[in-house]
Amino acid sequence: MAAHELHPETWVDQYADYLFNYAVARVSDAEIAKDLVQETFFAGLNSAKNYKGDAAERTWLIAILKRKVIDHYRKINSKKGKAEVRINYSANTDSEGDWLEEQVADPFSKDGDNTIENEELGLAIQECISKLPKKQSLVFNMKTIQGMSTEDICNELGINPSNLWVMIHRARTALMGCLNQNWF
Amino acid sequence: MKISCEEASTICNKSQYKEAGFWEIMKLKLHILMCKTCAKFTKQNTALTSLCERAGLNTLSESDKEAMKKDLEKHL
Repeated sequence: MAAHELHPETWVDQYADYLFNYAVARVSDAEIAKDLVQETFFAGLNSAKNYKGDAAERTWLIAILKRKVIDHYRKINSKKGKAEVRINYSANTDSEGDWLEEQVADPFSKDGDNTIENEELGLAIQECISKLPKKQSLVFNMKTIQGMSTEDICNELGINPSNLWVMIHRARTALMGCLNQNWF
Repeated sequence: MKISCEEASTICNKSQYKEAGFWEIMKLKLHILMCKTCAKFTKQNTALTSLCERAGLNTLSESDKEAMKKDLEKHL
């Protein structure tokens, strides 16, 4: 396998959003997720000399992030008493009856699968976005993910609307091709 | 009422962000009836939009990324 190299100066542009999505799905708090991504980059820098190059940069960073997420949960659970699980029947005490039945997961619920699939989909899209030229991914992110208006984006980037639509068009076409390969 | 494929694709892109006008959409629909390529493009483009919605994508703002870059550079 070809040896991979680390390029820390490109990390933020290439992997920040990917790692951020991964983290948000696990800690469900944007601020904490952002801090975890930041810590991941620092940890990556500090242990760069241990990088052997058998995994791709991104895989390696994700592995670090995984540890950071676990550490995060350890930290918030470390205070005494928090680690113990308490099950209360219900807030409204007058309901009585199928205590057990209501506690177990509903086998017919598809929610679990969907969440997992949607997370994978998110990462697949993010991976495709990171392959786009910088300007296109920037415009696509602002428009699609942040939902900014055409006017605001044009003002911020100093481009005119037809420029914007051309970039959106190129980004979308590239994404369709990329997702056709990686997702369907 | 006739439009080129280029115009059609622009309208299609705009309509993904609900920014196409009523008449534009009419023109696009008419064009799709006659043009297989644009029909396919529109279908895929719409699929991309729904995929993006379903994935509930998150992104860091550019200012957050700049701040991250600066912090990282200090450590380099």
